[in-house]
Amino acid sequence: MNLYPLLPRTNCGECVPKTCMGFAVQLCERGLTLAQCPPLADPKFQIGLEKLEALLAPPVQEVVIGRGEREVRVGGQLVMHRHELRYFNKTAIFTTVDDTMAGEDIASRVKETSSFAYPYIGHTLRLDGITVRSLSNDVDTFQKTVEMVNGLTGMPLVLWSADPVIISAGLETAGEKRPLIYAADESNWEQMAELANHSGCPLAVHADGNVGTIRSLISAISDRGVKNLLIDPGCGFGETLRGTLDNMTMIRTSGISGDDSLMGHPLIGSPVTLWDLRNSLPDESIRWMESCLASMMTIRYADLMIIRDPSMWSTLPLVVLINNLYNDPRKPVSVEPGLRVFGTPDPVNSPVLITSNFALTYFTVLSDIEKLNCYLLVADTEGLSVDSAVAGRKFNAQKVADIINSSGISNKVTHRTLIIPGLAARLKGDIEDAIKWDVMVGPRDSAGIPGYLKEKWEGVDHKPGWSYR
Amino acid sequence: MENEQDALIRSLIKLLAGDGELELEQVTLTAKELTISLSDLSGFPAITGLVPSPASKPGLVDIGYTPPARSYPGKIREVILGSTRGDGGSRVKSVTIGGASTPPFHLFEGTDPHSPVVAGSVFDIVPPLPGPVKESFGDALLDPCDWAKAWVDRYGADLIDLDLISTDPYLKDTPVKRAVNLVEDLLQAVDVPLIIGGSGNPEKDAKLLPKVAEVCAGERILLSSATMNMWEPVAKAAQEYNHVVLAWSPIDINQAKELNRKLMGYLPPDQIVMDPTSAALGYGLEYSFSVMERIRHAGLMGDRELQCPMASGTANSWGAREAWKRDPELGPREYRGPLWETTGALAFLLAGIDLFIMVHPGGARTIEDIVGWLADGINPPTFPDFIGVGH
Repeated sequence: MNLYPLLPRTNCGECVPKTCMGFAVQLCERGLTLAQCPPLADPKFQIGLEKLEALLAPPVQEVVIGRGEREVRVGGQLVMHRHELRYFNKTAIFTTVDDTMAGEDIASRVKETSSFAYPYIGHTLRLDGITVRSLSNDVDTFQKTVEMVNGLTGMPLVLWSADPVIISAGLETAGEKRPLIYAADESNWEQMAELANHSGCPLAVHADGNVGTIRSLISAISDRGVKNLLIDPGCGFGETLRGTLDNMTMIRTSGISGDDSLMGHPLIGSPVTLWDLRNSLPDESIRWMESCLASMMTIRYADLMIIRDPSMWSTLPLVVLINNLYNDPRKPVSVEPGLRVFGTPDPVNSPVLITSNFALTYFTVLSDIEKLNCYLLVADTEGLSVDSAVAGRKFNAQKVADIINSSGISNKVTHRTLIIPGLAARLKGDIEDAIKWDVMVGPRDSAGIPGYLKEKWEGVDHKPGWSYR
Repeated sequence: MENEQDALIRSLIKLLAGDGELELEQVTLTAKELTISLSDLSGFPAITGLVPSPASKPGLVDIGYTPPARSYPGKIREVILGSTRGDGGSRVKSVTIGGASTPPFHLFEGTDPHSPVVAGSVFDIVPPLPGPVKESFGDALLDPCDWAKAWVDRYGADLIDLDLISTDPYLKDTPVKRAVNLVEDLLQAVDVPLIIGGSGNPEKDAKLLPKVAEVCAGERILLSSATMNMWEPVAKAAQEYNHVVLAWSPIDINQAKELNRKLMGYLPPDQIVMDPTSAALGYGLEYSFSVMERIRHAGLMGDRELQCPMASGTANSWGAREAWKRDPELGPREYRGPLWETTGALAFLLAGIDLFIMVHPGGARTIEDIVGWLADGINPPTFPDFIGVGH
């Protein structure tokens, strides 16, 4: 606990924990930030604040790309494995436009990227930015493309070219928006470092498969005063996959457990490059590989991912995977177990449904039944979905009996019929024995509930025992 | 033809690597297609090869890099599945899993002796299956033996997993004797190692699995599964007939450890494989992922009760509605579903899973090939058209 002595130690009560010791504990677990201690802004704590900042600096640097509402933070990692604490700053996903593409294609890709949205556990999954690549190698063409993309979206940009002259033209147009410069390599690093210094933009460092070269570049570029650096060790499918994953793992291990500050920078995966390689395969095959490569690199620590386009079927698994891995493992993704009432149910004719307390399951069911008049029991499945919970014995007859008893549902309805999820069908008998209610097996997906009720529930006499055999 | 081109590109790359001043623009002009394929081998953004480098090399000082390789006190046990004629069984080959002495695919720390394998999943009655799986097997689904043969002959499965789900008293309550007859038929139909599972009903499985063990005597099958509720009959049967037990636990490292401890009272430790439960992508995958990582780490750090290889019921990912839902906005189902299963498998692969049980051949093929590329690099698979598998 080196943090506590550096805090004001006045227990002024201006922060949520109310005491400096409590604040120190939460600082340590990254639940709070230094800015949430107002007295620290006082100049008399200046030295303490600087020491605190140094102590709290994550071994993997946090870098901001873009400006304004949609700016994105990458890196800032403290641990190798999410179970050790948590991963911070979800892997950012950037799609790509090339300056050789037709204007309308560029416009539609930018639009698809900025409007990508998938509702998931009470919030919306989105993509983070656009990469503009110079494939024409023409300064004007690139600049015009950057100008166009910049005019179409407020999303953060990556400017991609190995030619400092081209990058410089891109920065003239979009430098104010703090784009990521991609990339410094062995041949251009001095000019790229200069551009990063002038513009104040973050810079990616790139050397294909050679971690020694990356380390040398980072050292040399840092010496020139560039602060915000990211690392792209290159990537490939097939024979180069071994090196791809190994380099990611080595760099992150060196940065976190190896105390090698040169390696403590956010990692970039650029599977978009597969599109330049496997040109004999059908598009859908390349998408499949790109998605697999992006997922593997995400698991192996990538903080920023550059893919080609936001095709839904190949992008959604990646986006959901990122969301899963970057969840705070200290907080289960669950909702409170208990009874929920929808519409204006009546005691005789309104059905009683049951589901798990995994947040995603709950919100999915909620969206499907919120217009009905019914009761929903939310069982304590310890945050697991119905099928996982059935497999894991976290949704069982006992859990159902518990929620029937604790919810007081028996006083709300006169019938004794419970509709269980189709995915829990095999528990029907067990549950009937445990609660002495009739159990009907509902659809496997909650989208089918309204139709199911029309067919099997409405107009049926629900006297206790009517379906019990 | 392909090889000639590769050789040409290789020599070009060598030339380029040795001489930074070669005029790249000229190559671009005279051999446009070659320029594109050029990065095919480097796995590097094409752009870097296309932009002219400055004539003078800047003074980059090579400060070197030492990979952060560690060694681990523990080692995962090797478990043999399947028994060949020479060893008293009838399988054409056996499969060894486990043996890891480093975290999964930390190649800079060492290479592991055995690569993860994929088992094709079949059922005694056709459960509600997603469309893309049905299309991959067609009429073969009607007979579990044909289904298994399609897996082995058409899709190259390393093992077959047969789950006798119809034995569930709440489903069809198929009698043990009839279920066991099917297992005997399957032994005749395919010659790869087998995983035989019950319905998950503890009372019925307690009667069923010992009989399965008996008719498979000598075959060294994987009996699926022993749980905290029902482990003794499975352990005894595996001990008597020399099979391997799949020890199933509900995403709970402490329960996994306790169950292994119980089983080790009956069985040599190399007759245990653990299944820590594979939750679906989007529906709790991260809990499974972290438990697998913790189990593997504990094993490598010397916890003898957690040094068993791990298996994954990867097919669980099909439980996610995103995998099978008909919704044009989510894109074509025939790719989306198999990729959903594959993505889950990739997460578990990098968390330490040694044996995957999958339902779609496209996903199975992807995992096999990726494992092939990651494992030794000696016999890399050819580039397949993954999305074509099973269509």
